[in-house]
Amino acid sequence: MEPKSHTFPGPFKLACGRVLDEYTLVYETYGTLNADRSNGVLICHALSGHHHAAGYHSLDDKRPGWWDSYIGSGKPIDTNKFYVVAVNNLGGCHGSTGPASINPATGKPWGPDFPPLRARDWVHSQAQLADHLGIEQWAAVVGGSLGGMQAMRWALEYPERLRHCVVIASAMKLSAQNIAFNETARQAITSDPDFRDGRYLEEETLPRHGLAVARMIGHITYLSDDGLGKKFGRELRSGTFEQGVEELVEFQVQSYLRYQGDSFSSSFDPNTYILMTRALDYFDLAREYDHDPVKAFAHARCKFLLVSFTSDWRFAPERSREIADALMHANKAVTYAEVESAMGHDAFLLPNARYENIFAAYMNNVAAEQNNGGGDVA
Amino acid sequence: MLRKDLDIIHNWIAPKTRVLDLGCGDGALLQRLGREKQVSGYGLEIDPEQIQRCVERGVNVVEQNLDQGLGNFGDHSFDTVVMTQALQTLRFPHLVVDEMLRVGRECIITFPNFGQWKARWHLAFSGRMPVSDLLPYEWYDTPNIHFCTFRDFEVLCRQHNWQILHRQVVSESTTAGLLKDFLPNLFGETAIYHLTR
Repeated sequence: MEPKSHTFPGPFKLACGRVLDEYTLVYETYGTLNADRSNGVLICHALSGHHHAAGYHSLDDKRPGWWDSYIGSGKPIDTNKFYVVAVNNLGGCHGSTGPASINPATGKPWGPDFPPLRARDWVHSQAQLADHLGIEQWAAVVGGSLGGMQAMRWALEYPERLRHCVVIASAMKLSAQNIAFNETARQAITSDPDFRDGRYLEEETLPRHGLAVARMIGHITYLSDDGLGKKFGRELRSGTFEQGVEELVEFQVQSYLRYQGDSFSSSFDPNTYILMTRALDYFDLAREYDHDPVKAFAHARCKFLLVSFTSDWRFAPERSREIADALMHANKAVTYAEVESAMGHDAFLLPNARYENIFAAYMNNVAAEQNNGGGDVA
Repeated sequence: MLRKDLDIIHNWIAPKTRVLDLGCGDGALLQRLGREKQVSGYGLEIDPEQIQRCVERGVNVVEQNLDQGLGNFGDHSFDTVVMTQALQTLRFPHLVVDEMLRVGRECIITFPNFGQWKARWHLAFSGRMPVSDLLPYEWYDTPNIHFCTFRDFEVLCRQHNWQILHRQVVSESTTAGLLKDFLPNLFGETAIYHLTR
């Protein structure tokens, strides 16, 4: 499969008040759009995700797309039944317009001048992509983590345009602890001498080290104590504790984290990382609904599937239970499963039999409605 | 849940009302109420296999442990709160019934009768805890930790001023079916109570 791209003519008004004259979105599609264009499924990505959600681009690819365990033939989001659209969000760094793109007004990279974005900006741009693809109504909008926030925002901003909303390991807003982690990650980037106030592209530097540290911080919070313990324990990669030997030891977990940080910093734009974490921090589903999630969800017309993972402390099951409670109070159709896993927040990306079964059963019903000529929202 | 129990509960629930089903199992009751009476609602369940069956049926199911209470539901937010064959598995059955009557205007509860003659016979003559088709567990490895008889339950209702709107006793065999009308606590296998405050 090949990534596609489309440039949308502006003006595109953003939540911050600024306007983009035009913007480009890069996306991939899997499966076939049916005749009545009712089998579209939109995949909203999380902090570090992009449009390459499933499959391989070439035989040389070491790894498939980031959600390949859940999208594909015979998988929960079955590409034999659905037309799956995965987009790189606006502000991203994998081809869609973002801080690393050229600002048409100056002819230089946007860098820190790129407007701050909110989840709703992504949702509005995804709606324009849906228009472009001729999809009036999605069978489902699906996302994990920050992607789940976008899916919920879809349900409130475009209630007529989706029949199902699948929200995995997400929250209606971040906790103070979550914001604190994001701020620490941003500080790691901005305090790197190569950051140059965000103009590193113009100055031909790259705050590689700062971004790697930011990713290391994030990565620790996506795993659980238990998960890290099981994977690495106190295993050494090199060195010895023998007395009389001065050489420092290196734990396996150290080298693993450094590898994660380094590989991330060679493929991700630091300004995008700052932009995405800010969008996460700002997100508050019910802010404009008198801070009442029940009032917010009263606007939704779709059905909801929520999944959380027991060892996820970054987006804890409690956060998903709050969503379930608000939906039940608002009298909306909701199913919620709390899946046993030691993998922390990352569990939403990884194979897990119970998660797969629930997700597959739910999506199977979504597809069945389609065949029964379903198309009306509740 | 047995077919008979389901029929009775189905009859007691008014069309187009809102129902919360505690320990909803495979979702059969909610599915039928939704299809035949346009009843809307949710099932609460903790068993992953049962939750899976609910999802397959397209029933709204929320994973929640009843022993942690119903604090997430507002007063009278449902017309009826149902709990079938789960009372005996709870840590504090009386507190849960109290909560059911706070959350729902009415509640329907079914539970197995530990006073049924087979259980009495078993305990009296073998001197061991009853193990039957209906309750196939050994005492040390059973989810059923709070057995009661019909009479016990009615004492509890009186103590808490819960009003019994209907009571129906169900048994499987025909002979017991006739006898249960005269001596329910001896011949009834399952009780279905419809309560309000």
